[in-house]
Amino acid sequence: MDGLNIPLSHILLVSSLLFAVGMLGLMMRRNIIFILMSLEVMLNSTALAFVAAGAHWGQPDGQIVFMLILSVAAAEVAVGLGLVLQIQRRFKSLDMDNANRMQG
Amino acid sequence: MLEISLFYIAATVALVATILAMTRANAIHALIYLIVSLLAVAVIFFLIGAPFAAALEIVIYAGAIMVLFVFVIMMLNLGEEGDAREKQWLSPAVWAGPTLLAVILFAELLYIISSVEGPVSTAQVTAKQVGLTLFGPYVLAVEIASMLLLAGLVGSYHLGRRALDRNIHEADARALSESNSNSTSDSNADKGAQ
Repeated sequence: MDGLNIPLSHILLVSSLLFAVGMLGLMMRRNIIFILMSLEVMLNSTALAFVAAGAHWGQPDGQIVFMLILSVAAAEVAVGLGLVLQIQRRFKSLDMDNANRMQG
Repeated sequence: MLEISLFYIAATVALVATILAMTRANAIHALIYLIVSLLAVAVIFFLIGAPFAAALEIVIYAGAIMVLFVFVIMMLNLGEEGDAREKQWLSPAVWAGPTLLAVILFAELLYIISSVEGPVSTAQVTAKQVGLTLFGPYVLAVEIASMLLLAGLVGSYHLGRRALDRNIHEADARALSESNSNSTSDSNADKGAQ
């Protein structure tokens, strides 16, 4: 892979575009499964920015932050999907607008 | 030149797949596009000299986390009416406004990013370097991540177990009342069990 000269700004551009798409998905979807997917996209795009920055300076720190983001995403998805099961069972729907009252 | 175009192809695939994933009505179709997007990001990781991150991206993101999504979508059993409802929710009037405002902010972000200069390093950051740094200066972060994963494990076990227990109890109670009254057909009992 020697001789590759990808500009850092272009990778950051891709990363920010992915983040923007994820955030738009977060805002325009009401299905909780799509909201969780959008969160995954956003976490993944920040991980891409970290790895790109680590590669820019030739340091392993970027990949370490990537691994920490990975564990955050795994924990978040496990709890989030548990909540999805509860919401589907209680409201018979995945519309988040149903769950706007925390009356238990 | 060919190698650089590989990066742009992978980036385009990632973006298109993510946009398609965010706009699908069917959750499984969206999930397939999302997996393609994650694989494209893994290709980018390979190209910028982070092979370990690329392997983790495929194994954990595209493998484990997406499989969790697939399992939950299969358990929910959404079907055709769910698709119709999603299409109804996805009218342009809902997202046109936020998109326009976000595009303005994004233009500002692009202006800032365009001032960043210099290529990424061509040298690979190997798994050995990552491991040495991870268990050296970052060992506290590893501990915190393990606590976070433990909390996630306990939390998801708690939430999922209560859902399953109650479903079983409800199905049992419904089956009992139906067998007592003897007035309902078997198909209702099947629906209740689901």
